[in-house]
Amino acid sequence: MTIGVLALQGNFREHAAMLRQLGADVVEVRLPEQLDGLDGLVIPGGESTAIARLMRLYGLEEPVRRFEQPIFGTCAGMILLDRAHLGLADLEVDRNAYGRQLASFEADLELAGDDEPLRGVFIRAPRVADVGPDVEVLAEHAGQPVLLRAGRILVASFHPELTADTRVHERFLELVGEELHVRA
Amino acid sequence: MSYPAVGYQGATLNPMSETGTMRVKSGLAEMLKGGVIMDVVNAEQAKVAEDAGAVAVMALERVPADIRRDGGVSRMSDPAMIEQIQETVSIPVMAKCRIGHFAEAQILQALEVDYIDESEVLTPADIAHHVDKWAFTIPFVCGATNLGEALRRIAEGAAMIRTKGEAGTGDVVNAVTHMRAVFGGIRRLGSLRGEELYAEAKELRAPYELVRWVAENGRLPVVTFTAGGIATPADASLCMQLGADGVFVGSGIFKSGDPALRAKAIVEATTHYADAEILARVSAGLGEPMVGISTSTLEPSELLETRGW
Repeated sequence: MTIGVLALQGNFREHAAMLRQLGADVVEVRLPEQLDGLDGLVIPGGESTAIARLMRLYGLEEPVRRFEQPIFGTCAGMILLDRAHLGLADLEVDRNAYGRQLASFEADLELAGDDEPLRGVFIRAPRVADVGPDVEVLAEHAGQPVLLRAGRILVASFHPELTADTRVHERFLELVGEELHVRA
Repeated sequence: MSYPAVGYQGATLNPMSETGTMRVKSGLAEMLKGGVIMDVVNAEQAKVAEDAGAVAVMALERVPADIRRDGGVSRMSDPAMIEQIQETVSIPVMAKCRIGHFAEAQILQALEVDYIDESEVLTPADIAHHVDKWAFTIPFVCGATNLGEALRRIAEGAAMIRTKGEAGTGDVVNAVTHMRAVFGGIRRLGSLRGEELYAEAKELRAPYELVRWVAENGRLPVVTFTAGGIATPADASLCMQLGADGVFVGSGIFKSGDPALRAKAIVEATTHYADAEILARVSAGLGEPMVGISTSTLEPSELLETRGW
């Protein structure tokens, strides 16, 4: 399968490396035509204001809205997928809700359906303030949802690509595999 | 379903959560990659930078070109000015302390800046020692002119490196020299045999463990940006093609004829650094670049890049 990683700005290289490690072919996406033929898309962490501006400037907003395959957004990527931006995930997200870098942290998370804790790295992280009825919470930290699935959209307020643990990316690729199967 | 905001209380909220780890410190730099960090001297410029797509701003009282022109002792910025910029923009705000001036760094941490730049652009406070950066929760970025210097800063706890270049000149030549020294040095380490790395660590005046890590991984363990003399979209592309993770632009933007236009163009050039057609388009009609000073005309005593030990 071929996964695109939005490479306008941010931590796209680590996502690409992790996806390749799991056997996926990876394409860096900077222009709309690079979305053609992809089986899934990752919108990485970075500065959401900078990424949003470059998406608008290079005509990527509409093509990403029309993209029908699974999308995985981390941190800034989660913000861009919410109701106020691309509107692809039924979520309301508060930017920098935990505070400045001084409050950035890492913590063990409980992953739904898995006994092994998952180390979550939260960098000036956004917070999910409200979720729609069809959104499934896959992990929480201190009562706050931090990993969620809304249909074919997977979002995390932390950075699984900053650790060596590939489980969240594996779940995303499973989602991609299911969609491929449905379409086949 | 709505979730009420929970005031984050650091490690007390959850005994398993930790702030200020190396992963958390270097993690912010990872998020800045592929982006442009701009020097700004007031809230108005900070807004221009944010609107242009900067990933962070560096709050300082005078851009390096003015520090160079004015002379005298250059120090940490007024906290009131830093706070004003923090209130104006939502992107990370960085600020500079003098080399070795850990009290200035403590003040910047109390102000909750997002990154501290222990910078040779300010007048050094210590001619032998840099700040012990492990002692801080806020991450540091430090300048380097070669691989050994970069590794010494990382050993002291720097979570991000920027090659120095020669700040405040608008001349990119020293930035190129320093990138070639750092990235070329990394490639060279990869060609050495195991036992040769011990002698190489002595040559580099850097810890053996770090030298071996770089030899095995083919990169520095932290994000590496380029700074010093970047004035055009083409300069940004050159740095990215030579291996930089992103760029700092100091005087190059706000000392040019049309800062907003130039700032946007440099942001686009940093993303599309390998696409010459886009580079040609964004380079057109930007107005006057900063006038600049050729670094070859500077006296050794005027060079900022030699500060740092």
